[in-house]
Amino acid sequence: MDSRPIRFHHRGAVAQVQGLPPATTVLDWLREHARCTGTKEGCAEGDCGACTVAVGELDPAGRGVQWQAVNACTAFLPTLDGRALLTVEDLGGTHPAQAALVECHGSQCGFCTPGFVMSMAACHERHSAAGTRPSRQDLADELAGNLCRCTGYRPILDAGARMFDLPAQRLPGAPVAEALRALQADPPLAGDGFAAPRTIDALAEALERTPHARLLAGSTDIGLWVNKQFRALGPLVYVGRVDAMKRIERRADGGLSIGAAASLEDAWSALAERHPELRAMWLRFASPPVRRAGTMGGNVANGSPIGDSAPVLMALDAALVLRRGRAVRTLALEDFYLDYMKNRLEPGEFVQAIELPPVPGRVLRAYKLAKRYDSDISAVACGVAVDVNDDGTVRAARFAFGGMAAVVRRAAAAEAAVVGRPWDEPALRAAQAALARDFAPLTDLRASAAYRAQAAASLLERFWRETAPAAGAGAALDLRQVEASA
Amino acid sequence: MNKPVDDPRVAVVTEAPAAQAAPEVGVARAHESAHLHVAGTATYVDDIPETVGTLHAALGLSPLAHGRLGAVDTARLKALPGVVDVLTAADLPGRNDCGPIVHDDPILADGTLHYLGQPVFAVIATTRGAARRAAALAREVIAADPLPAVLTAREAHAKSQYVLPPMHLARGDARAAIDAAPRRLAGTLSVGGQEQFYLEGQISYALPLEDGGMRVHCSTQHPTEMQHVVAAALNLAAHHVQVECRRMGGGFGGKESQSALFACVAAVAARRLDRPVKLRLDRDDDFLATGRRHGFEYDWEVGFDDAGRVLGLEMSLVSNAGFSADLSGPVMTRALCHVDNAYWLPHVALHGYSARTNTQSNTAFRGFGGPQGAIALEYVLDTIARALGRDALAVRRANFYGVGERNVTPYRQTVDDNIAGPLVDELVASARYAERRAAVEAFNAASPVLKKGLALTPVKFGISFNAVHYNQAGALVHVYSDGSVLVNHGGTEMGQGLHTKVAQVVAHELGVPLSRVRATATDTGKVANTSATAASTGSDLNGKAAQDAARKIKARLAAFAAERHGGRAEDVRFEGDRVHANGSAVGFCELVNAAYLARVQLWSDGFYATPGLHWDRETLTGRPFFYFAYGAGVSEVVVDTLTGESRCLRADLLHDAGRSLNPAIDLGQVEGGFIQGMGWLTTEELVWHPESGALLTHAPSTYKIPTANDLPPVFNVKLYENDNVHETIHRSKAVGEPPLLLAFSVWLAIRDAVAAARPAGSAAPQLDAPATPEAVLRALASPT
Repeated sequence: MDSRPIRFHHRGAVAQVQGLPPATTVLDWLREHARCTGTKEGCAEGDCGACTVAVGELDPAGRGVQWQAVNACTAFLPTLDGRALLTVEDLGGTHPAQAALVECHGSQCGFCTPGFVMSMAACHERHSAAGTRPSRQDLADELAGNLCRCTGYRPILDAGARMFDLPAQRLPGAPVAEALRALQADPPLAGDGFAAPRTIDALAEALERTPHARLLAGSTDIGLWVNKQFRALGPLVYVGRVDAMKRIERRADGGLSIGAAASLEDAWSALAERHPELRAMWLRFASPPVRRAGTMGGNVANGSPIGDSAPVLMALDAALVLRRGRAVRTLALEDFYLDYMKNRLEPGEFVQAIELPPVPGRVLRAYKLAKRYDSDISAVACGVAVDVNDDGTVRAARFAFGGMAAVVRRAAAAEAAVVGRPWDEPALRAAQAALARDFAPLTDLRASAAYRAQAAASLLERFWRETAPAAGAGAALDLRQVEASA
Repeated sequence: MNKPVDDPRVAVVTEAPAAQAAPEVGVARAHESAHLHVAGTATYVDDIPETVGTLHAALGLSPLAHGRLGAVDTARLKALPGVVDVLTAADLPGRNDCGPIVHDDPILADGTLHYLGQPVFAVIATTRGAARRAAALAREVIAADPLPAVLTAREAHAKSQYVLPPMHLARGDARAAIDAAPRRLAGTLSVGGQEQFYLEGQISYALPLEDGGMRVHCSTQHPTEMQHVVAAALNLAAHHVQVECRRMGGGFGGKESQSALFACVAAVAARRLDRPVKLRLDRDDDFLATGRRHGFEYDWEVGFDDAGRVLGLEMSLVSNAGFSADLSGPVMTRALCHVDNAYWLPHVALHGYSARTNTQSNTAFRGFGGPQGAIALEYVLDTIARALGRDALAVRRANFYGVGERNVTPYRQTVDDNIAGPLVDELVASARYAERRAAVEAFNAASPVLKKGLALTPVKFGISFNAVHYNQAGALVHVYSDGSVLVNHGGTEMGQGLHTKVAQVVAHELGVPLSRVRATATDTGKVANTSATAASTGSDLNGKAAQDAARKIKARLAAFAAERHGGRAEDVRFEGDRVHANGSAVGFCELVNAAYLARVQLWSDGFYATPGLHWDRETLTGRPFFYFAYGAGVSEVVVDTLTGESRCLRADLLHDAGRSLNPAIDLGQVEGGFIQGMGWLTTEELVWHPESGALLTHAPSTYKIPTANDLPPVFNVKLYENDNVHETIHRSKAVGEPPLLLAFSVWLAIRDAVAAARPAGSAAPQLDAPATPEAVLRALASPT
């Protein structure tokens, strides 16, 4: 039984929904129940962006509304509870994103357009609030989750720049904020099928009480189980309202603690703040709507061998804080995975936080290889790091790879091959040779075993060339830093 | 002509001198639906408010690539919640076929399972979710015995297993010319297929009409064909079936023939249950059930001289047709007719094989075989240049068709509009090809890991359907008594801006602002016997037909105006929303209203048939094309030789749209076509499981079309200023497909970069398409 209706702000009023299955997607509710058909279904798996909508939450000060573009096709309706939903219909056709797209010939078939409008409107709002303007590169990164098959994107990027020249129109603020403040008085959703506790203790209790319940975060993967595989999910316990678990603590000693419910966007942002060399990996991780919906805790606990967080976190000596009832334990991430999609979580136990110790002086890189630059699943991903002594010898090495085995794991032989040696070419070649003992990768649709083996070794070489003093620094190594010939 | 009434509402003003009205063609105008697209109020089929009682269908798909079909446990499905009915082949009242040409395309599998993903049964349920959940049990409810499957074109070719007889196009004696040539090369090439990835998936919504009739809202490029296949499936005459399409959320060829199966299933279910039935495919089912661009395999041998001039060429083209013919025949014909691209081939022998495999039946996709033909010769010319140690551009120029000589295609059409030379000259200058060639070499000399590559490729693309009878179109123009204008024609809108261009033509003809003209949904009940909106011909055919209709109305209005104001009807001008007659000007709307009161017919049909076409299907000769469209692209790329990753850094495109009807829309076609072609040749890889035959790249998670970050950071795109020498609509040229071929330059620039990473004097690297990172590493390691 539902404890009470789901309540959220939509089209100037509080929508109340009761009696629908908890895994009803926001998109299906919009199109089939609310008859708002402006939002489109392109793929039902969060990869095309045709269903992009904005979800609003009160800002930390509780005064204004923060709008974020998310994929309605993989978001479950109960996760809107206490929030606001904004769709293309709400913009009235007059928002600068809309006017600029018309002016710049940014639509052809028009089916992806509402999604682009919402991504652009959320981007416009964020920059307007901050008094900034995105670069063309920022816009392209921002739109990585919106596919257009007609235009080739040039006119859309033009429109993204142009919208900042048009008379400003902000997304709804004060009235929505007022409604959201009123919704805060609602008790937590606590139905049999869907519970949304608001504290870590309540979350731990709920899971202890119902150990077979499924923990739900951004549903960027679980949404596909529903849309594509029709899997019955059982009772859902949602972490998205546990604010304490979204905190990211930057410790004075350089350590980081990332709450497991922190969004991938916030978590990667914190990582890139500490390690600017991770910026490209951050921006290539899925797409902005997926990064805003999904959590780093979810990415780690899901345990896919091709999740891009784990290799990087392993290279940073990450540990997981695991919680079950009142019991808390800490486990090194590298010891967490058992086998394909299997980990050491006990029934009722969950990942509460990801702890990153300070790693002063660590030389770190993260790379991923995929067919497409943006929003593609890695054929190979890695977090690679060395600590180098003053005499130039390697004190410690962390070569963690995804896509090379049933789980993300470190390359013990390759690491051993470099430890205690100068970080020179013979060390590199020894590590590359050892890598063949570490991994026997598979062939699948993303790459062959042979490619994976060769490319993983190549990534070690790239790492060496970028970081070793003897590697002849200065030669271009990053495709994204190369410009066309003058 | 009726005598006009004396209507005081018709204000007559003395003509102001020389205020020339702005034309409505040749100018950039927003897409007619742009304001609806951005507001989310443009109606696609799934957005049409559902009629009460609407049911939803989902398809149960074959779990085997090849098998003998036994029983389907429909009783189990019918017992599931929400399920109203289950259809199998036995339940079809009419012909179980929806093939466009050859009748080998079952609507629902009967007897044999031909590919993994083939629709076997349809579940009809009260909700789409209930229908999909039941259909997902296909693997459990379909009884079938597996048979050996043939999954690749090469394997089928080795078994001589084809969907159609092989085709041969030859001129002269290729064998003798190759044998006698001073230099010879031979090789192979593999070019993958491409998913259309229209953002709106396949959908049909069928509503039963009185007297056994059926209305189908269908996302289709070919309403008339949908009308015929639905009529055949229901055992009805065509006049009982009405098919309507306001717009598609993208088509790209994927909704030319392949919308048929879904229209038929929805219509059959709607008839059987006498309720509206909607069938909207999930994206994964769309990938699994429908075909796409044919992948091609090539074996080639060429003889040439020291300047790189081709003396003789023999080439076999093996397409992966999939399990049925669909449009594979015309696709192969167009491929064979585009191997020459922009080049004179004195002695040539081309062999086309449409290989039958146990995969989705491949179909139309932007270019329709043209790209698959032309890419092979571009690869051969590039290989020749590398063998000679010459810049590939020089070899290309040495082989260009001549003007007045060396200008007959292998299929015997004379190229009488060749502008490849001057167009390429202009692009070479504007893109600074020579300077950048030197800069690329300098970069490569100093860069051990990253290598740059540069390539220029031209395109010459034949415009018209090879099938002559398709080159006709009809239109209806209504002028209402308030002066507003409605145009309806046989073409469909899939985003390419056809309705905008046709409306522009009508507005221009009547001298009224574009805002006065609306285009409406394509409807088989309005214009009959329409052709597919395909082969880039949409505005050529329908623009002319609409112009014809508008001219008939204009003639009647001119006669009426001359009668009223004196002077000759042929001197009456329609400009600036006014009608100018005998020194007087009257507002268009006023004149129209007066004409209505005078009982002048204010609507008309229009018709157009492209002149001068003929084609012999047996010998593959004739004049299949009214004219050729040209273009050229220069691309610069950088390749990571460690990982095989690549990136296009700059592209310069110069494209011939004749006298463009709408430069903004045409630029959009050029840019969009180029990026789509770049995706085909770089990131978009189709992978079938080598044993099961399952398409593993079945959704955007695994099949990667370009994103905004794949747009080259420097992208200079221009239309080439010229008039079509042939009498087309306002001297414009078709622009839908040809620009896709400009992306060859990206792929060959990658090959150029790979070659730069290999030891001097190496053989040209073997680079197959798509040039994924893995394919690039393979090319780097190919025999030197």
